[in-house]
Amino acid sequence: MSKLTIPIGPQHPALKEPECFIITVDGERICEANMRLGYNHRGIEKRCEEITYIQSAYLIERVCGICSHSHSTAFIQAVEEIAGLEVPKRGLYIRTLFGELERIHSHLLWLGVAGHEIGFDTLLMYSWRDREIVMDILAMVSGNRVNYGMNSIGGVKRDISPEQADAILKAMDDLEERTKYYIELGLQETTLIKRLSGAGSISYEDATRLGAVGPTARASKVDQDVRRDDPYAAYAELEFNVITDDHNDVYGRTLVRLGELMESYKLVRQLIKNMPDGPIRKKGPRKIPAGEAISRYEAPRGEDVHYVKANGTDKAFRVKVRAPTLANLSAVSKMLEGDYLADVPIVIAAIDPCFSCTDRMAVRNIRGGATEMHNPGSLRNFSIDWYRRRGIDFTDLNKKLMKRLERV
Amino acid sequence: MAVQILEIIIFPGFLFLTVFAMIAEYLDRILYARFQNRKGPPWFQPFADFIKLVAKEDIVPECANPFVFKLMPILALASVITASFYIPMWDNKALFSFEGDIIVIVYLLTIPTISFFLGGWYSRSLYATIGAMRNLTQLFAYEVPLFLAILSPAILAHTWSLSEMTVFFNNHLWLLPFNIIGFAVALIALLGKLEKVPFDIPEAETEIVAGSFTEYSGRLLAFFRMAIDIEMVVGASLVAAVFLPFGLGLNPVLGFILYILKVVFVIFLLALLRSVFARLRIEQMMDFCWKYLAPAAFLQIVVCVILKGVLL
Repeated sequence: MSKLTIPIGPQHPALKEPECFIITVDGERICEANMRLGYNHRGIEKRCEEITYIQSAYLIERVCGICSHSHSTAFIQAVEEIAGLEVPKRGLYIRTLFGELERIHSHLLWLGVAGHEIGFDTLLMYSWRDREIVMDILAMVSGNRVNYGMNSIGGVKRDISPEQADAILKAMDDLEERTKYYIELGLQETTLIKRLSGAGSISYEDATRLGAVGPTARASKVDQDVRRDDPYAAYAELEFNVITDDHNDVYGRTLVRLGELMESYKLVRQLIKNMPDGPIRKKGPRKIPAGEAISRYEAPRGEDVHYVKANGTDKAFRVKVRAPTLANLSAVSKMLEGDYLADVPIVIAAIDPCFSCTDRMAVRNIRGGATEMHNPGSLRNFSIDWYRRRGIDFTDLNKKLMKRLERV
Repeated sequence: MAVQILEIIIFPGFLFLTVFAMIAEYLDRILYARFQNRKGPPWFQPFADFIKLVAKEDIVPECANPFVFKLMPILALASVITASFYIPMWDNKALFSFEGDIIVIVYLLTIPTISFFLGGWYSRSLYATIGAMRNLTQLFAYEVPLFLAILSPAILAHTWSLSEMTVFFNNHLWLLPFNIIGFAVALIALLGKLEKVPFDIPEAETEIVAGSFTEYSGRLLAFFRMAIDIEMVVGASLVAAVFLPFGLGLNPVLGFILYILKVVFVIFLLALLRSVFARLRIEQMMDFCWKYLAPAAFLQIVVCVILKGVLL
């Protein structure tokens, strides 16, 4: 069989989000892998320039459905830094607690997705069942399963009662027991090890050169973790280990995530035990003084970077979001080279991708060489023109449709 | 003649097999669900799926060869049903039997795989083409161990007829435990034949959508799915007839109940196996089948030859 080019995406059962990987295969082996980004641009950054900081905090939380707390914390940290706000200790602890609970639910989710990608649906069903425990905890405290709405400029919105703290501690015990079972499974189950090891291999040198972050990098022995290297929130006062692994492949990434789950349980226990009394928030100003700040946050998928520039009004002058998936994507094409076609889904899934969170773009006219910014109206006209040049006229179709509707 | 036609169409032929296959699919799905801690589908789900698919439009891709594309599901269905006529189910005698029918059964059970391949290949879709290639590659991996595993009890019984083989084993029940390796090999090879986890490589949904069936829809897909369900029942019946042939020919009612229990037992084992493994890659499957499964089947043949020399 000669070389075949297979498009994985933008719509494909292996991908939960629109993204296109163009894979050239020779039989079952991959010769080349290319990717195309930008199918789900939502214009969040631009919108943040038009709404107030308080509204932006809600919008930024919706960058990602899984690591929503990560994005909102990273953004609010930057705003607080510009405003010079001192957040009360208890507020920081609750913020950190939510960050860790979110990491637990994200990693359990990943474990299930990974199981599904390698055709091990039993693992998917088991880990997602156990994930419900932590989802219930999050819903109990914040009222929401995702997009908790806990952060506000100057602290957090809801306090944790002693009963809730007890429930969290009990849930941690259950989850720890389950995670130990998964670790045992990961170390013993033959087909699991066979499928995961060797897939998506990337060396330490390549991982650092291509700027991989988070568990993807840590599985290649890159010892980096923002929580330890540049502590934010309450992490400076907590004890935890940064899990690394030298397998370099998807199996290593699985072990790192399972190890991080165990560390997260430890962290949650410490946070509950050492939680100081006092207020949970300090009222922040509506207008943020001029200035700029970069905020780093260790999201479950890796380092999340937010940049905020303020100009003294109640609206941000510029907001920039760099989601961790973007940092990991360049490593993916390297990982895929020389692998089997069967490994494509799991290798892509192993960076725990969040493509929709990653998409940031400006529409550019390449032929003209000039960069054009489109607003929604001009983008609409552009698309009407584009289709008309290809012989599809939506204005006619629209008229026909209207006529038919009138008849009905 | 009239009785035979009635037997072919209604019982134990086409109609019975169809209903039983749907019940078997339900059992397989509910067991799989329970192993995964899920609730599973209601009992009428396979029937509802079938009716839904039959009611839908058939879409034949523009580039596909319509003749082959439409023929293949019917061929698959016909061949598995024909295979069932040669398998003794609850009696010592199958509907039809002659010296050498084991080879015919194995041959007829290979046709569905070939038809999946041709159907996928001629639908001209990228995913279907890759699925079709995998179908064929996989065929070479499991077919030999399966054939060897079924062959060895035949050597022991010194016959090429499945019906006579069951008569032989019913007279020598104490010989059955010696076929245990063959039983295990046949079960695993059957998983490959039915394209279930860990050998669902040709239709790995996360990689190549639905493999050979990607372009199929409506009635044609319904026939394909029906063929797979019946293949599961026929495969389970074959394994039951070869490796668990006890209690046949005593009493039709008792034999029938025993037959259903045996098939359910085999389906139970298949569901258990597929819920504890991850999907292998195609080259890992080739490795596994040729390095472990085929030698195990050879070992079974050696055991049978020695037994035959020493004890009989």
